[in-house]
Amino acid sequence: MQLARVIGTVVATMKNDSLQNRKLLVVQSLNKDLAPQGKPLVAVDAAGAGVGELVFWCRGKEASFPFKREDTPTDCTIIGIVDSDSHVCCG
Amino acid sequence: MIIARIIGTVVASQKDERLEGKKLLIVRPINLDGSDTSGYVVAVDTVGAGFHERVLVVAGSSARLAQNMKDTPIDAAVVGVIDTVDIMAPEK
Amino acid sequence: MILAKVLGNVVATQKNHRYDNARVMLCESISPEGEATGYTVLALDAVDAGVGDTVLIVQEGWSASTTATGKAGAAIDSAIIGVVDRIDLLEDE
Repeated sequence: MQLARVIGTVVATMKNDSLQNRKLLVVQSLNKDLAPQGKPLVAVDAAGAGVGELVFWCRGKEASFPFKREDTPTDCTIIGIVDSDSHVCCG
Repeated sequence: MIIARIIGTVVASQKDERLEGKKLLIVRPINLDGSDTSGYVVAVDTVGAGFHERVLVVAGSSARLAQNMKDTPIDAAVVGVIDTVDIMAPEK
Repeated sequence: MILAKVLGNVVATQKNHRYDNARVMLCESISPEGEATGYTVLALDAVDAGVGDTVLIVQEGWSASTTATGKAGAAIDSAIIGVVDRIDLLEDE
């Protein structure tokens, strides 16, 4: 899992049926100092996140588990919303 | 699967109980010419590999399919000790 | 598995229900020599790891899910499965 900031949304009208009604968000992964780490990714939302929020996401096959199991073609899913920037506690 | 060489061992006493009795090796993937790459992975030994040996490492959920590794929480396993690797010479 | 150092944790009230009662730990991966790589990852704690500990993180779904929650099928890709006591590096031949 990785920390990330939601930096945008994606709208796709024509998409796989199993992605219907799913919210697609652009996330930028962050390191411990909340600075960008790696490239932005498109994630399916499973936590009710919005633009600007600090979230964490899960990669791989497990990313489809919050939905009807293995039925949603996603490899990056937002799993939780971090309460605030200060709730990332170091040391 | 990747070809790697053993560069060290890890000792952890406070661990998931399903890992008890398993030997943890630090392996570094190598290129076909035998040179080191920069990464490493901690893998469970399933073949009794010795130090400095070149080994075959399987990663991901397939690691659990190795003998005696069923239902063990691992993502990399040493599944073979390499005797030789022969690479076809590039065509001229 | 990878080696990492535990830096702290992350508090999230609104999260997938399978994460309830789990501790989401903020970790930085390290090299076998113990140097920080600068790469930050999150992992669920399953072995009572504390800040500053060197730990072993498994990055595979079934393993992480059963280790952290006791059951398979959760959207979890990494879990701390061991606290490292010692790393022994071999000398070059």
